[in-house]
Amino acid sequence: MAEQVKLFKTWSTPFGLRITWALQLKGISYEAIDEDLSNKSALLLQYNPVYKKVPVLVHNGKPISESLVILEYIDETWKQNPILPEDPLERANARFWAKFSDEKLILSVWSAFTKEGKEREEAMDASLKNLKFVEEELKGKKFFGGEKIGLADIVFGWLGNLLPIFEEVSGLKLLDDRFPSLLAWTKELSELPVVKYNWPPHDKMIIKYQALYEKFHPVK
Amino acid sequence: MASELLLLDFNFSPFAARVRIALEEKGLEYESREEDLDNKSPLLLEMNPVYKQVPVLIHKGKPISESSIIVQYIDEVWNHKSPLLPSDPYERAHARFWVDYIDKKIYPCGNKLWNLPKGEAQEAAKEELMESFKTLEAELGDKPYLGGNTFNFVDITLIPFYSYFHTFEKLGNLNMVKECPKLVEWGQRCMHKESVSKSVSDPIAVYEAALEIIRDLGF
Repeated sequence: MAEQVKLFKTWSTPFGLRITWALQLKGISYEAIDEDLSNKSALLLQYNPVYKKVPVLVHNGKPISESLVILEYIDETWKQNPILPEDPLERANARFWAKFSDEKLILSVWSAFTKEGKEREEAMDASLKNLKFVEEELKGKKFFGGEKIGLADIVFGWLGNLLPIFEEVSGLKLLDDRFPSLLAWTKELSELPVVKYNWPPHDKMIIKYQALYEKFHPVK
Repeated sequence: MASELLLLDFNFSPFAARVRIALEEKGLEYESREEDLDNKSPLLLEMNPVYKQVPVLIHKGKPISESSIIVQYIDEVWNHKSPLLPSDPYERAHARFWVDYIDKKIYPCGNKLWNLPKGEAQEAAKEELMESFKTLEAELGDKPYLGGNTFNFVDITLIPFYSYFHTFEKLGNLNMVKECPKLVEWGQRCMHKESVSKSVSDPIAVYEAALEIIRDLGF
């Protein structure tokens, strides 16, 4: 039976981008559908009734939602170029850092971007603390996955693109030479064809996040 | 060998309960070390420096943290019996989705019933909590378990919160039997399993602990 793989995403979502990378790393043919989140398609609502969000992967008509769940599904279904290691302890470690990216780091950085005054200061402190943990985990390694990229690299990928955009728009300084291993890693990551050729357009991103920033920080 | 597995534990933690259930399901011997969360042991701080929380499973000296990650680790290492996840990738994805849903919703909303004063924020959390239980009720449907015919990872993830139903009812002025009858039945069904009844907290004790928190916070 011909495989049918569809990816519902948006042009800018870092969560959808992860799935793009995973599919392309494994050489899987797929159809990409960019949604307009202000006018969600009936198909998206049907495929993800619980959250109504992107990304959603649809494989032979069956939908999977939540980017970390999708990544594990892809790895278990298409065995070439594995994203997760074989050893259970290393797998647990990769999952731990994937969760840390999404449950701690993204949230503290988003707070730093959107809040003001004391809340912003606290969010900056938390973000720096969180980045330090990640820096220590990476230390000495080319990628979180070792010589090749793995789950944690894919999940932390937003640090290579979305974070610098936040910094450019807001003036916040987060990922700098206080984190030399992370900086080196973003360069290595960005050299990979699957990453280099799939970053969302920089100018378009600046316009989008500038507008968002102004919403959270109205000029008085 | 009991010394191979050490669980940094806390009786009331629903997250630690998940790990206890998984270990029991696999018939594994382990040492449980109860942590004093107001005075965390040097071992806990060393083994989980990022979150400094229980549960932490230490296997042959190596730590694994985060309950859902620990349960998957247990399933992958001791994969010769009592599978906790299905073998089909799509069904595994389905299970992981619902484990993640439970993690995002139940405790984050539920704990606001004792960690916040009465007011708008608490009301909103209560509404979201009940919506989540109704979603889980619909997902359960007429199946005996959230895992289908067998008790699995999703059931393990939710069942410690069955001990919290009484607390949610008292503090939230809710009626779980009326709102989610199938979930209540499911909870009772799971409690017949020894791995569960041995591992989860006593509902009255949970309620008293919540009342103590409310007293300490002065609400």
